[in-house]
Amino acid sequence: MSDLASSEQYNYKVVRQFAIMTIVWGIIGMAVGVTIAAQLAWPVLNFDLPWFSFGRLRPLHTNAVIFAFGGSALFATSYYVVQRTCYTSLFSPRLASFTFWGWQAIILAAIITLPLGYTSSKEYAELEWPIDLLIGAVWVSYAVVFFGTIVKRKVKHIYVANWFYGGFIITVAVLHIFNSMALPVGPLKSYSMYSGVQDAMIQWWYGHNAVGFFLTAGFLGIMYYFIPKQANRPVYSYRLSVVHFWALSFTYIWAGPHHLHFTALPDWTQSLGMVMSLILLAPSWGGMINGIMTLSGSWEKLRSDPILKFLIVSVSFYGMSTFEGPMMAIKTVNALSHYTDWTIGHVHSGALGWVAFISIGSMYYLIPRLFNREIYNTKLVETHFWIATIGVVLYIAAMWISGVMQGLMWRAINDDGTLTYSFVESVSAMHPFYVIRFLGGALFLTGMVIMAYNLAKTIAGAKPAVAEVPVPVAH
Amino acid sequence: MSDFFSSFWTLFISAGTLGGIGWMIYLLITNSTTKAPPPGEDVKSTGHEWDGIEELNNPLPFWWVAMFYLTIFFGLGYLVFYPGLGAAKGILGWSSAAEHSAEVALAEEKFGPIYQQYASIDIVELAKDDKANRTGGRLFATYCSVCHGSDARGARGFPNLTDDDWLYGGTPEQIKTTIMNGRQGAMPAWKASLGDEGVRNVASYVMSLSGREAPAEEIAAGQKTFSTMCAACHQADGTGMHALGAPNLTDNTWLYGSSRGYIEQTIANGRKGIMPPHKELLGENKVHILAAYIYSLNQK
Repeated sequence: MSDLASSEQYNYKVVRQFAIMTIVWGIIGMAVGVTIAAQLAWPVLNFDLPWFSFGRLRPLHTNAVIFAFGGSALFATSYYVVQRTCYTSLFSPRLASFTFWGWQAIILAAIITLPLGYTSSKEYAELEWPIDLLIGAVWVSYAVVFFGTIVKRKVKHIYVANWFYGGFIITVAVLHIFNSMALPVGPLKSYSMYSGVQDAMIQWWYGHNAVGFFLTAGFLGIMYYFIPKQANRPVYSYRLSVVHFWALSFTYIWAGPHHLHFTALPDWTQSLGMVMSLILLAPSWGGMINGIMTLSGSWEKLRSDPILKFLIVSVSFYGMSTFEGPMMAIKTVNALSHYTDWTIGHVHSGALGWVAFISIGSMYYLIPRLFNREIYNTKLVETHFWIATIGVVLYIAAMWISGVMQGLMWRAINDDGTLTYSFVESVSAMHPFYVIRFLGGALFLTGMVIMAYNLAKTIAGAKPAVAEVPVPVAH
Repeated sequence: MSDFFSSFWTLFISAGTLGGIGWMIYLLITNSTTKAPPPGEDVKSTGHEWDGIEELNNPLPFWWVAMFYLTIFFGLGYLVFYPGLGAAKGILGWSSAAEHSAEVALAEEKFGPIYQQYASIDIVELAKDDKANRTGGRLFATYCSVCHGSDARGARGFPNLTDDDWLYGGTPEQIKTTIMNGRQGAMPAWKASLGDEGVRNVASYVMSLSGREAPAEEIAAGQKTFSTMCAACHQADGTGMHALGAPNLTDNTWLYGSSRGYIEQTIANGRKGIMPPHKELLGENKVHILAAYIYSLNQK
């Protein structure tokens, strides 16, 4: 680093906007999640209102937490990281501003259309075609801003965090465009361009890579910047980052068919999906190793720094769910786990434990710096950490037990070949675990509210930070 | 039937799969050249730095590389034994369809005799057999309870099977026929030909059939319509007809609701009740036991 400063300033405005909205959408998305968890435990809470029923709110929850909360965290951190590691301000501030307002408009459109029942019925891609077009426009603008900034970088080498952000941006564009291909028949109604099992395969090619690239590669970008910065340690292994980046990018794309085991999908496709999902274990763990080992030599920091706790525990959850995923993709295991709550538990150990934890950690790092303030109350961060951790553990443990129980109940047979349990018996057996899941989710949401309070106090009355772009040392 | 209309796709899939896996092996080999520093020396950085972040040049962890190779070789082995590379069948010749058929045949062999032993027993006799009824009850819980309820008392639109009112008849043979072949009940919509007032009059007459109150002039007008339009199926006295599944309107059992609103809705818009056939799904032997179980429900 250099003391010399150019006259250029980093564009923190759009970073600030996305960072604040990360917290707002996090609370809203998770509040909807807690609501639908309560509806599953106590169906009377659907109130016989169509727009408030589980079926309408569930896609709102997934869209809000993945794209509104997770998406805002990705935009905020990637705009921050790409500027600071390229020693240059964002390419086209106006386009960057468009991505912010465009993305917020998309979320608002989702909040209105999904409860009203407008849906393409494709999981994680429920939004109807006019909104899909806007997503496409915002996403291409995002790519232009991001890669434009990479192009005008002042250092020769591109930092590993930017590889992951770049891979995520390109792949999500491809996934979104191909999965959303549809024939519009009205202003808010369209039919998928694909039919039958092809439609299902395209859907899960998209769906699994929404997990693989949106919720993994992008967040690995966050990991590669915020863990070394918060720990003040060098990244553990450059070689490991090279191998796991390319291997992860290649392998994830093939893993989608494991969502369609034991369906009309041809045997060969199911096999390939399973094989590639298994091979995905090592590339995934490469990221975990690089994250955790970056701390080697200064483990004691974990004891005193709650932000580092969030970041490191998130990588641990990442390692755990990326072990669980390949196991669940094995057909024999999948025969038990498919269609059960085990899947929901798996998703949330990734979504809460990994994605939300690392977003939370990075926001605790980022937001005070965007306003030139110290965190208002570090003790509260510690409190948040423990409440959130207990929440995740309750949630996933409840879903594991409930899921395995469901799977076992569904396959239990009597001596005469009849099923031991009728479906409704498995449903009523799940009830206590649905209550525990609701409590876990409520705890996690409570943590988010504590965070919002703490950060609001942190930035109250503060002026936005202004940062000069330093001239990099030659390397 | 093959999944492919040209052998090109097998080549395409194989090239993508094996090429990609080969490329990962290449990455592993070329990035394994970095060695750990001699004991006592610290590992060096790559010499690059971004915003204060450096990268160390630690070698790939041995156990991680080993795990990576293990999954790759398992994957390649799997593709040798099982279908995966396009149209290649794999040396085991395995297919999910064949495995399913084998499992079904095995289940048939194991459980078939259990059902077969009841097949020749008359349903009336079988309905008194506790063991058969336990099996029948479990079949009911799996296949029938979703519509008819776990207590078989039905729900709006789905008949109660525990009372003495039968749309298609309650003899053992009629029950069995219903389960085997299914039923399609069609009540036509009358709104277009009768108008709102006509619908209202017929509803009043229908209500009077089971002794309920309604304005006398509406009953009189409704009766006229009923005798020309409705009696063909429900009979002149409103007691219904099993052959067509036309309900008895003189009792207090109402499939689609007993309020005036529901009755008018039924007359105005019609109803379509569908009982799916189970002959193919369950086979006659299971249906036989199921019929005996349902028959037993109202023999108490």
